[in-house]
Amino acid sequence: MQFNGIKQISEALKSKAISVQELHDFYQAKVEKHAENLNCLINKTPQLAQQQIKQAQSLIDSGSGNLLTGIPLVHKDLFCTKGIKTTCGSRMLENFVAPYDATVVDNLNQAGMVTLAKANMDEFAMGSSNENSYFGAVKNPWDLNRVPGGSSGGSAACVAAGLVPVATGSDTGGSIRQPAALCGITGIKPTYGRNSRYGMVAFASSLDQAGVFARTAEDCALVLSQMCGFDAKDSTSAQVDKEDFSQNLNQSIKGMKIGVVPEWMETLPESIRTQTQQSIDTLKNMGAQLVEIKLPTAHLAVSAYYVIAPAECSSNLSRFDGIRYGHQCDNPKDLNDLYVRSRTEGFGEEVKRRIMVGTWALSAGFYDAYYRKAQKIRRLISEDFARAFALVDVIAAPVSPEVAFEFNAKKDPVSMYQADIYTIPSSLAGLPCMSIPIGLVDKLPVGLQLIGNNLQESKILNMAHQFQQETDFHHLIAEGFAHE
Amino acid sequence: MLINRKEVQQIAVLAKLNVSEDEIDTIVTSLDSVVEMINHINEVDTNEVKPMANPMDAVQRLRADEVTETSNKEVLLSMATNADEDYFLVPTVVE
Amino acid sequence: MSNQNKTQWETVIGLEIHTQLKTKSKLFAGTNTAYGAEPNTQVSFLEAAIPGTLPVFNEKVLRYAIRFGLAVGAKVIAKESTFDRKNYFYPDSPKAYQITQLNHPIVEHGQLVIEGDEGKEKVIRINRAHIEEDAGKSIHDIYAQYSAIDLNRCGTPLIEIVSEPDMSSAKEAVRYMRGIHTIVTHLGICDGNLQEGSFRCDANVSVRPVGQKELGTRTELKNINSFRFVEKAINIEINRQIKLIESGGTVTQETRLYDADKNQTRPMRSKEEANDYRYFPDPDLLPVVIDQAYIDNEKRFIPEFPAQKIKRYVRDLAIKSDDAKIIANDKALSEYFHSIVQKLKKAKAKTAANLILGEFSALLNANDAKVEDDNISATQFAQLLEALAAGTISHKIAKVVMEKMWATDNTAAQIIDKEGLAQVSDTGELETIVKEIIKNNPSQFEAYKNGDMKMFNYFVGQVMKQTKGRANPAQVKTLLEEL
Repeated sequence: MQFNGIKQISEALKSKAISVQELHDFYQAKVEKHAENLNCLINKTPQLAQQQIKQAQSLIDSGSGNLLTGIPLVHKDLFCTKGIKTTCGSRMLENFVAPYDATVVDNLNQAGMVTLAKANMDEFAMGSSNENSYFGAVKNPWDLNRVPGGSSGGSAACVAAGLVPVATGSDTGGSIRQPAALCGITGIKPTYGRNSRYGMVAFASSLDQAGVFARTAEDCALVLSQMCGFDAKDSTSAQVDKEDFSQNLNQSIKGMKIGVVPEWMETLPESIRTQTQQSIDTLKNMGAQLVEIKLPTAHLAVSAYYVIAPAECSSNLSRFDGIRYGHQCDNPKDLNDLYVRSRTEGFGEEVKRRIMVGTWALSAGFYDAYYRKAQKIRRLISEDFARAFALVDVIAAPVSPEVAFEFNAKKDPVSMYQADIYTIPSSLAGLPCMSIPIGLVDKLPVGLQLIGNNLQESKILNMAHQFQQETDFHHLIAEGFAHE
Repeated sequence: MLINRKEVQQIAVLAKLNVSEDEIDTIVTSLDSVVEMINHINEVDTNEVKPMANPMDAVQRLRADEVTETSNKEVLLSMATNADEDYFLVPTVVE
Repeated sequence: MSNQNKTQWETVIGLEIHTQLKTKSKLFAGTNTAYGAEPNTQVSFLEAAIPGTLPVFNEKVLRYAIRFGLAVGAKVIAKESTFDRKNYFYPDSPKAYQITQLNHPIVEHGQLVIEGDEGKEKVIRINRAHIEEDAGKSIHDIYAQYSAIDLNRCGTPLIEIVSEPDMSSAKEAVRYMRGIHTIVTHLGICDGNLQEGSFRCDANVSVRPVGQKELGTRTELKNINSFRFVEKAINIEINRQIKLIESGGTVTQETRLYDADKNQTRPMRSKEEANDYRYFPDPDLLPVVIDQAYIDNEKRFIPEFPAQKIKRYVRDLAIKSDDAKIIANDKALSEYFHSIVQKLKKAKAKTAANLILGEFSALLNANDAKVEDDNISATQFAQLLEALAAGTISHKIAKVVMEKMWATDNTAAQIIDKEGLAQVSDTGELETIVKEIIKNNPSQFEAYKNGDMKMFNYFVGQVMKQTKGRANPAQVKTLLEEL
């Protein structure tokens, strides 16, 4: 059996060529074969899957199914799933059973999707390599000695290895785009506020957004359309109508203007620059126009981000104290001991580091100089993008300055942080952005980032889809994981 | 050094984290390099700039004053490591 | 204490008052706020700080806060206010941060006029009033080795009202506190129940030698849950500080608890370590933006406050000042009074006031009832007053009628008619009765004629007895005098 995307799978289900159960079993077999080795999953959800299979099958049988009905997926373990462990890749929540479903989970449940498992991730979404999980590192299907990227490394590895056609992820500073690039798949983060954050365990509240991984832009569009939507339970939820992001996929991109940032291209290592330039040239050959743009404040984005995100996370993670749920230390001597030991034992090194940085940045006397200043830089970057989008439709940019690196290659946190140089600016500006595969360098995947203006998901998906009609990079699969 | 041992210890107290003697020097070094990276934000003048809280400068939506929740007592207490039938329990707090 | 070279001390007091708002649901979630529920039954996932939960702002709270601002003449009712996180760890605060308003509160620069210690009016400036959430409760006396945490109160909306340090004595502080209490209860935004904790006061107290410009070190007094205790606690603290300084010590800036049993204040242990709250704007909430029209729309909810009422009662309705104060300061009573007065034609408001404070209040007390129970409707009360004003009944009979109105659903007219209580004012009839009584009591009449005024009352009494109290006393008096 071979499946080429959601539409084809859906057709097969509709025509009864395959049942929902059979479809599930097909993917489950792959999970059983590969998941442990890749270490891309934390907890499987067989009971939920069985319930959902039944429901999906009856929807299809009665003719009321939609494109997503019966399609299997995994959820990044950052999303609360009712009655099911939601660990955030942390010892702190190792046995935490969420009492409710995140809104995006609920939206996809309503669409009839089938949940196979919760995917591994960097602890509390902090990291760019998925080496920071309490449940162990995730391996990149393209090279088992290398990282898949992070923090949604487990989700990306699952899709790249073909264990599921779709996986949810989250992106705060690049945590969908970068693993998508390093694993050779497509991943999208919508405009801030498009996806409800209700039920998505908070890391950096003003930056976090749920998103999706799939093999193609089309599949991403179909799933994202279902995930998104105004949610009254989230004050930061954008009050915009639900949109079908797949509507304009087939529009020609002739005449569309693509912004390119020369400074970004120049800072890339040569092999990646060449690959990136080639893909941009392909777009040009398809009829788009390239325009050089400037983002004068973007070089401060990483610094500003590493004030804002740790500050917000230091506060968001204070609720983890072992009292009402989560890890509690043994035999606490007194209240302070309970707090300190539960938290010190419950959190990993990177999380503790970011909490410390955030606590420091907010401490007495520093608020104006750091957090407030960083928010001002954020506005400058946002204004840079706004000026650029007055000139262009879409911005094409690199995703990562490197291909997948080896485990333990990065000892220094700052070098890990600085690799987010291309993804962070659009995160700060809250813009919709995605990564599409553009081929291999040294046998490892490289991605191209497409950034749109606020609420312009359709536009970047359109461009991505057209690129994927023109090229075959999205069909590349790592050795050992090709469809059987 | 942009951040010293004492400051790191104070931060750890505020954050309710323990930093042991073996770890503290490593932590000070890594925090110091992060602060150095962060300090680049001072390179630009932002005097006339308004901080951006939300990418679309959206404003707070208001909710009607209605009771929509019911008791979650059993669920909540069952999640705690230390609770009786009615309360969450913590080591005695002296006021 | 030696009286030699005694320093004259003056006191500086500022109050921080926390008022729980009378909304149906909590500040950031649709959780019930009703008092007295079983522990941990009014806790949503948000208040328990379950991961992934998010706050959504209750509009009623905004409107109540605006009303408070209007009521205290605030110079600023912010068209853009924001929520900030105050970060600290404590078991009654599950998120480990309290959502409050630091930098851009909803209300600023208001005032309250009180009676100063010197008898003149004194303006107490209100620095700010901001919205914040309440914390849960810790109970320490159930277990020896544990504190029990009840989160029901967590997330209840509060307005914190912060005065400038403009009060100079415990009495002024209590007057200010009562003044704020009156405003919030009359606005209907807070039920002002100190015992239940819906109205809580912290006092910042310092002393300095008279003439010194610098403020002395202040202490914060917490946990005072009655007006009486506020006065006591502040006075004890003032004396403690003076004694401490005079014996060579210095006042430590600290938080102290008032112990009502021991009548002393002591330092609060858990607040010993200086806390860095690391305030920053809450990124889960967005700026609250309102326009002038929104604010103006709340003006119709501002009632006439007691101070204004008292002036009006005295000036326009000829009510005695003391009586005016009693009625004006009781919200339910003043509303009742107002309803009655509106319906009066011939009867006077003053009479209404007298009856309300006299007979009606006696009935309330005797029956352990409240004005709100509506035992006698305003319409019925007004009718009774009209009957009195028309001379249909005497004041004495009016009391009887009112008692019967309380006990039944009948109107004054029905009762007067049914029981034949109409006053006898017919001069002819009365004259007959009076003459008859005089005839039957000749020696008493002689005594009266000779100037014994006691006999006058005797005859009045006899007439009343004969007429079963229905004789018009004024007429009787006139007749007796003529005869």
